[in-house]
Amino acid sequence: MALQSLDIIRRSATSTPSPGQRRTLEVAKLIDVTKCIGCKACQVACMEWNDTRDAVGTNHGVLDNPADLTADSWTVMRYSEVETDRGLEWLIRKDGCMHCGNPGCLKACPAPGAIVQYSNGIVDFHEENCIGCGYCITGCPFNIPRLSERDSKVYKCTLCSDRVASGLEPACVKTCPTGAIVFGSKEDMLHHAEGRIADLRERGFARAGLYDPKGVEGTHVMYVLHHADKPELYSGLPGNPTIGPMVELWKGAAKPLASLGLAAIGVGAFFHYVAKGPNEVVADGKEGEDETRS
Amino acid sequence: MKRDPDMLPRFTASERVNHWLVAIIFFLMTLSGLVFFQPLYYPLNQLFGGGTWARILHPFFGVVMILFFGGMFFRFRKLSAMTPIDWEWLRHLRAMASGDDRNMPEAGKLNGGQKLMFWSLVTCMVLLVLSGIVIWRAYFSFLFPAFLVRFAAVVHAAAGVVMIALIMVHIYVAFWTKESIDAMLHGTVRKVWAKQHHPAWYREMTGGGK
Repeated sequence: MALQSLDIIRRSATSTPSPGQRRTLEVAKLIDVTKCIGCKACQVACMEWNDTRDAVGTNHGVLDNPADLTADSWTVMRYSEVETDRGLEWLIRKDGCMHCGNPGCLKACPAPGAIVQYSNGIVDFHEENCIGCGYCITGCPFNIPRLSERDSKVYKCTLCSDRVASGLEPACVKTCPTGAIVFGSKEDMLHHAEGRIADLRERGFARAGLYDPKGVEGTHVMYVLHHADKPELYSGLPGNPTIGPMVELWKGAAKPLASLGLAAIGVGAFFHYVAKGPNEVVADGKEGEDETRS
Repeated sequence: MKRDPDMLPRFTASERVNHWLVAIIFFLMTLSGLVFFQPLYYPLNQLFGGGTWARILHPFFGVVMILFFGGMFFRFRKLSAMTPIDWEWLRHLRAMASGDDRNMPEAGKLNGGQKLMFWSLVTCMVLLVLSGIVIWRAYFSFLFPAFLVRFAAVVHAAAGVVMIALIMVHIYVAFWTKESIDAMLHGTVRKVWAKQHHPAWYREMTGGGK
């Protein structure tokens, strides 16, 4: 999806307005991990729709396969066996881009238009503008983008921005056999999550809740968790993801201030020369009397 | 090479060549590095064949810089050792900058300002190289945890700005102090120049006479 979509609200490395005349409905994908059976149909659907094919990996005795996100695998299932007060639990989480309200990748990206955020909330990479520096990886609080070894561009889940733009739901949502993934307006998804959480609480999951972290101004991929108080149980889902002080410092006000500082040195030097004049060899007093300018 | 009794040799040909090689690579590094610094400077990527080329080239310029700056370091590190007179010289910096150099402590071949500049640049260069390795995504970043890459990105940007600021000051002072650029271009300076700016070195070179 290029800039013609006319509904861009944020564009990497750009301080002037982006084409944003059109406003679209804010969308969200809700992943109810309590309904997920870990079948990986979503992974397959993602590869099918986006036509990516990951290398065949090695099975090392667990279900995780592929073992991690790659430039070809934009979503993977993560399986964690944890001991909770309810005994042994198998917590399965579909991992992928969270489409943050305030995306760290977009903030860190130095290439204009390589990362955009549409008014519907989708954060999309435009690889034709990507220079392959990997700053988005540095900026992401969820460790999602992956640099391709083939073309040195970075890839991640697009939330099927091409499908959504045509009024379809993302491929993973379309294929989920248990209805664990639903898609719609963010408002509707919040409402749907409320019902699910009330149901879970009734059934004994007192800490069930929604994962829509405020530290990144909410996400457009949300989870219903049975243990919302401990998201880390789900293969290290961050408890309080934020862009982080280091990235803020790196990409925040310090840079324009630094530019001003450098400009001040240049201007200051010029006026020093104007005010004080050059530092020339002077033949004043007895020190210079035996040497004169040649 | 012509010999002029009024001239003193200040920098050897290899020192001068080394200095200017570092200067050239510094400009390549700065212009290509600013591309990633802030959107304002992104158009500089055109000097290098586009953003992707700037991204590819910048760290390799860094490798060349390590070699050339390393040469400068080993050539000038002993000459740049700070002495009590140098610290005293620095305390008179304000008067010096106002154009009054009559009461400056007697500087040797390099004055306190030049020596401090040298060590500041060395410090920046060490920080830039170390942080640069950590944020070189194509080859090294995967070896380091995310928090370290973030920290290195901050260090690299900050050290880069400080280095650019130092070099701006360095260039201005060289321009302000007339005839000092001649020393780095031709290798020699007039005796009167040496006597005024580096009296201790002047005495050393001319056998102690005032």
